[in-house]
Amino acid sequence: MMSVSASQMHNGKAGSGKSTALKLGYILLYVVLIAVAVFQLFPLVWLLFFSLKNNQEVFNLPPLSLPTDPKWENYTKVWEAGNIGVYFLNSVWITLAATALTVVIASLVTFAITRMKWKASSLVLGLFMLAMMIPVHSTLIPLFSMFNKVHLIDNPLSLILTYVAFNMPITIMILLGFYYALPKEVEEASVIDGCSVNRMFFRIVFPMTSSVLATTAIINIIYNWNEFIFVNTFISSDTLKTLTVGVQNFIGQYTTDWGAIGATLMISILPILIAFLFLSDRIVEGIAAGSVKG
Amino acid sequence: MDKVMSNKKIIALYVLPALLLILAVVYIPIILTGYYGLTEWNGIGSPDFVGFENYAALLKDSAFWSSAWHALLLAIFSALSLIIYLAVAMVLASKIKGANLFRKIYLIPMLLSSVAIAQLWLRIYHPTNGILNSVLESFGVENTPEWLADPNLVLFAIFIPILWQYAGFYILIYYAALKNIPASLEEAAKIDGANALQIAWKIKLPLAMEVIKVTIVLAVVGSLKYFDLIYVMTNGGPNGASEVMASYMYKEAFKSYDFGYGSAIGFFLLLICLVATWIIRKLTATKDTIQYS
Repeated sequence: MMSVSASQMHNGKAGSGKSTALKLGYILLYVVLIAVAVFQLFPLVWLLFFSLKNNQEVFNLPPLSLPTDPKWENYTKVWEAGNIGVYFLNSVWITLAATALTVVIASLVTFAITRMKWKASSLVLGLFMLAMMIPVHSTLIPLFSMFNKVHLIDNPLSLILTYVAFNMPITIMILLGFYYALPKEVEEASVIDGCSVNRMFFRIVFPMTSSVLATTAIINIIYNWNEFIFVNTFISSDTLKTLTVGVQNFIGQYTTDWGAIGATLMISILPILIAFLFLSDRIVEGIAAGSVKG
Repeated sequence: MDKVMSNKKIIALYVLPALLLILAVVYIPIILTGYYGLTEWNGIGSPDFVGFENYAALLKDSAFWSSAWHALLLAIFSALSLIIYLAVAMVLASKIKGANLFRKIYLIPMLLSSVAIAQLWLRIYHPTNGILNSVLESFGVENTPEWLADPNLVLFAIFIPILWQYAGFYILIYYAALKNIPASLEEAAKIDGANALQIAWKIKLPLAMEVIKVTIVLAVVGSLKYFDLIYVMTNGGPNGASEVMASYMYKEAFKSYDFGYGSAIGFFLLLICLVATWIIRKLTATKDTIQYS
């Protein structure tokens, strides 16, 4: 940093022409960055605006006019009219259950692979890593028929099992680095103290990984919250649907009521947006760490 | 110590839940997909073995090949858009104030479900009330296009939300990779009289190459199996103009109840993804890895 400001000062001395060019260059860079930011945010701002308007306002006013008389009733209307509340609760509990299971099961297997001694450990790790390359769509038909056979179609358990399985590899991958880096003294001390492995894992190691657990939990939550194809295929009862599929069906009935559609969409994305507002650093970290998932 | 840490019972207890789950939900279904692809099956009765009939039909099925072509086009678009993402990341990583805020803003669409994104962009493209055509009309454009109903436009129209969705993700990855490059290298190059473009091209680009390769695989394979957004926005229409392999598979299996044929497509999709990964790795393989520590 020091040397940068030094070189800029140097440029300043060398000639005002060059420094103006430099300044212009920087302004241009900011223009580019702001343009990208506007492109990224603009559709969402427009969505927020039309979610607070009635059809008359949507059709007759300019698209970016502020909703001067915000129609909050759009939100209460869709929340009461359909099953949005039910979809919302389903999304919450299925997302949380699957995430908790994934994180615990992945921690157990990562601990066994990285800290315990057994012959097949690298083979098992390879199996998990290879699973990341398999497109979910290629497993969809057999999964459907398997769940059908054991009567888990139209049962949230089918979703939880698939979410846990498909998010397992990426979760293990993020945990791996952390577990490899744990000092050996942790186990040595607890073994000398006569600690059982279970106690060592649950009382000492698992709590030590809380920061990386938070990272993995966050990306699990985002993936599970947004998942569509499994819900769409496995769940048929309206009362068991999650927000993604529920919203999709619900909007189908409201094709002409823009305010209702906008409000429904806003309700479905708000939890993630609010989480992002408070946890953006962790989410950025999680997305970067989990970037290999396609 | 070693005795405690190689307790077979504990190892089995810790490994088996995850292992059994991944075998049951990922590996066994993949093998079954391969098998079902060799059968004729409506999903309810028992599958009838028909050998390679489905695959023979697949090779002659022009609807499938056009869906594969569309997926390939999306893959090419996605790979090319990486250049834009990389350029933006380079700008972001060049001592920009507020870089952290920018990359967070860019990431927001990535956090939303494909369904919400698809529904939002359906409104954006709406022929009469959508914001896109409203803006075009205010600039005096007459006969504004029906973006999603025009077979010549639909794939491009679908690609814009994909670009929008993933921009923040790739910019984030590139930004992290560029920030990892030691500042001393850039300083040294500056002292040697290199300008910003030369530094970007000759130093930053080669050093970020490993990450770039990974993102090419991600973008291409991700596009080849693209599904959610297209399923919601057009469901492959109009008249198959935006059909991709995954949506075609879904239709064959869950709309036409031809599970055998659907499985053949699913298995083909798996093979194509694996082959694409292998080809890209081969094409981008470098003899020596760069070290800069």
